Amino acid sequence: MPEYDKETIEKLIDGKLSWPEVKRMMSSFKDPDRFDKYVQILQDRVDWEDKILLPLGLHLYIVQKADGSRVVKCDCGFEFGDYRDNWKLQALIYVRDTEEKMQEIYPPMMHADPEWVVLREYYCPRCKTQLEVEATPRGYPIIFDFQPDLEAFYREWLGREI
Amino acid sequence: MATFLPKEAGETEKGYKPIGWDGMTLREMLETSERLFAETGRYWGIEELTLKEKDPIRYEKIFAKLRGGLVNARETAMNISASPIVQELGELCFAFYTPEGDSVALSTGIIVHVHTMSDAIKFMIRNDYELNPRIRPGDIFSNNKPSIGDAHNADVQTFVPIFWEGELIGWAGGVTHVTDIGASTPGNVPVGPISSYEDGLDLTANKVGENDILYQDHEIRCEMGVRTPMFWKLDERTRVAGCHMIRYAVERIIQGEGIDTFKRFIREAIEEGRRSFIHRVKELLIPGKYFAVTFVDLPLEGEMGLPDYAAVDRLSHAPHELTIGPNGEFHISFDGASKWGYHSFNCPPSAMQGAIWVLLTQTMIPNDKVNDGAYLATTHFFPPYTLANPVVKEAATGAAWGFLIPAFTGLIRSLSRGLFARGYLEEVLSSYAMTMNAMQGGGKDQYGRETGILSFELSAVGTGARSVLDGVDYAAAMWNPEGNMGDIEVWELVIPLMYLGRSVKPNTAGPGKYRGGSGFQSLYAIWKSLDIVMQNAGDGNVFPAPGIFGGYPAAAGYRHNVLGADLLKRFEEGREYPTKENDPGDSEISRLCEGKHLFDKRTLNYPYRMNHGDIYYSWYRGGGGLGDPLERDPALIEEDLNNDILLPRYALSIYGAVARQDENGRWVVDREATEKKRAEIREERGRIAIPVFQFLTEERERILKGDIALKVRRMYNESIELSTEWGNWFKSFWNLPPDFRFSEDE
Repeated sequence: MPEYDKETIEKLIDGKLSWPEVKRMMSSFKDPDRFDKYVQILQDRVDWEDKILLPLGLHLYIVQKADGSRVVKCDCGFEFGDYRDNWKLQALIYVRDTEEKMQEIYPPMMHADPEWVVLREYYCPRCKTQLEVEATPRGYPIIFDFQPDLEAFYREWLGREI
Repeated sequence: MATFLPKEAGETEKGYKPIGWDGMTLREMLETSERLFAETGRYWGIEELTLKEKDPIRYEKIFAKLRGGLVNARETAMNISASPIVQELGELCFAFYTPEGDSVALSTGIIVHVHTMSDAIKFMIRNDYELNPRIRPGDIFSNNKPSIGDAHNADVQTFVPIFWEGELIGWAGGVTHVTDIGASTPGNVPVGPISSYEDGLDLTANKVGENDILYQDHEIRCEMGVRTPMFWKLDERTRVAGCHMIRYAVERIIQGEGIDTFKRFIREAIEEGRRSFIHRVKELLIPGKYFAVTFVDLPLEGEMGLPDYAAVDRLSHAPHELTIGPNGEFHISFDGASKWGYHSFNCPPSAMQGAIWVLLTQTMIPNDKVNDGAYLATTHFFPPYTLANPVVKEAATGAAWGFLIPAFTGLIRSLSRGLFARGYLEEVLSSYAMTMNAMQGGGKDQYGRETGILSFELSAVGTGARSVLDGVDYAAAMWNPEGNMGDIEVWELVIPLMYLGRSVKPNTAGPGKYRGGSGFQSLYAIWKSLDIVMQNAGDGNVFPAPGIFGGYPAAAGYRHNVLGADLLKRFEEGREYPTKENDPGDSEISRLCEGKHLFDKRTLNYPYRMNHGDIYYSWYRGGGGLGDPLERDPALIEEDLNNDILLPRYALSIYGAVARQDENGRWVVDREATEKKRAEIREERGRIAIPVFQFLTEERERILKGDIALKVRRMYNESIELSTEWGNWFKSFWNLPPDFRFSEDE
């Protein structure tokens, strides 16, 4: 089983590994301690103390707060509420629903017809980072991308309590 | 699975000696296998992998010999075939199956078929082919019917049973993607058929030969049934030759290892495949529920040549839910999918399995040990009467990939969320690109012969962005990881088109911190054909390759063909002519060519006539983006600008990058000005965006007023009517009355 040092995982997170290095990682067996190393690196990088339980995206984490609650948190510190609720409900949204708005991102003809689908951009209310983009028709419910079973993951798969 | 001739299990003619193991018929073997799996959860109830554990080296050697035999069959067979799709792009695959039809090992190639050929073999067993038409040494069978077991009709399968001392030891199976399937419109992903009776040549798991020779009547039937009989014939010989090579390889293994060991080996290999898959799920993912949705456009309203009930605009709903259980359970559901329809995009369960396995073999199990064990480790729900399981016999399936390709970007995005959370960033991907436009047509080729055309250039599209690197440009196809764009010279030899240019197409990739792989473009002149019809087939009105983690979708398609083009006149006069269309906002084709420009979003249409010297434009898509574009490294933006991946004016509006050209014409991004601009864009986001709760209130009003396009309202109503669960979710999310339906008034 390969084992990677902290520096290598940091480089991976930062996109600093070359393609041949990434390819070698892909072709090798997986390093079983990756999750713990990865989370520790992310924990060291944030300015707050809450414990990261699971990374959800480039800027989002499920964290455990001192009072025991588990919330979705942005690395800027903004909290989106209980992780069992869709964090997007607490976000800001911008809808690209006209050709003019779509053509800020795509050349004419190379975007969807807003009558068929629109783009829904979700921003963090504090740092304004674009966290997700949905391409759905008008009227589609907000998509809850991922609802992890944290208890099963820690207890059954990692063999420890959260 | 359809069963046309139901009979009691085990019914045999008097004096007949069954060909299964231990005196069983094949049907008894299949039923016993299924019963033991249902009772124990293990393949054939195997508890211990005794062969593997006692003598692992021997076990691995047998596997290597079998896999080597399959890969050898593929590589050799590919080079005796002249069909460009097969030879140039490797559109073939071979596999070995147990007597009851479970795959043990596969070659490289279109690994879509881990399970599709399994379905076809099981169909033959369930319909008692053992009794009629009999399964004997030297027999050859063939199938291309997705409702029996296939991805789409142009994937033609050949099966050869392999015997040892009177018992069926297994099946060799081979599949090639043929050039034309004789459908109501030409090509191999025909968009014209609106019922299965127009899908073209039907091989319904037929016996097509014996004593290792194809039946003459079968060959005549196929020659008369397809537009490209020469390619058909060569492909069929490829499949038969490959299957016979596999038979030889299997016989040699049995000679060396003994029949009892081989029998034990094939069952253990499948049980090992099942256990390995569960192990990989637990190793790579996170238990929980993942949801991703994609939408598919069929803009056929007013299409000449189709009846009114088929000539409608349809928006299809492809909701993909993946549930990973605490014990590594892996369940995929398409509950809420749109109704099947009068078009050729319908996908029977076997086709759905084809898409699942071509993706899982490139993500979860990218190794040589792929077989039906992994299939047994997963469960699926493909709701009846939907695009994901049409049930009805008349549903056309010729272009099933038109739904499969967009629908399964949801699987990739869901897996990526698990991989990302686990820290395996090197495996994370945004949506792969659509393998579109499908440039398709037919009529007479440049030699005056009848032809069907589909340029398989579309095998090279962008991959999705990765979470540590950009996607790979014009790389491969989701359905063939070994795909490439093929040589221009070969395409010009076999299809009546001349290339005016082939180059990178800017802005095809989905923007993001890491962008998707870019697509490319080809511009052709119709060349020396006196009788040809052409069509476009692809996305245009939706974003079927969405981004992830803040990345944008890849660009949507459009059409730009020119009828009555003045190209020949320009050649004669030595005037400039178009070679590409980098920016449809400033179209080179429009500037450098006069004629009737079909420059629109009709990206899916019925074939229409084109003439020598007309212009056909085909551009191939990019992959979805990953991450907020404002976080993209300026050095990567410079590279994109200097390599025609990005049109200069979009550096600012997408990435907030302030770029200028230096004295040598190279683009350079001003880091300081870019940082300032990005801060301004973030501030601007705060001004233009609204809280989601406010958006929900406004959107609910829109729903209640029905202020949504008719095709979208129809889509919602179909899903509400076909799935109570999905309907309840939709209505409860928006707090709508229990009997809510959208009005379908114009």
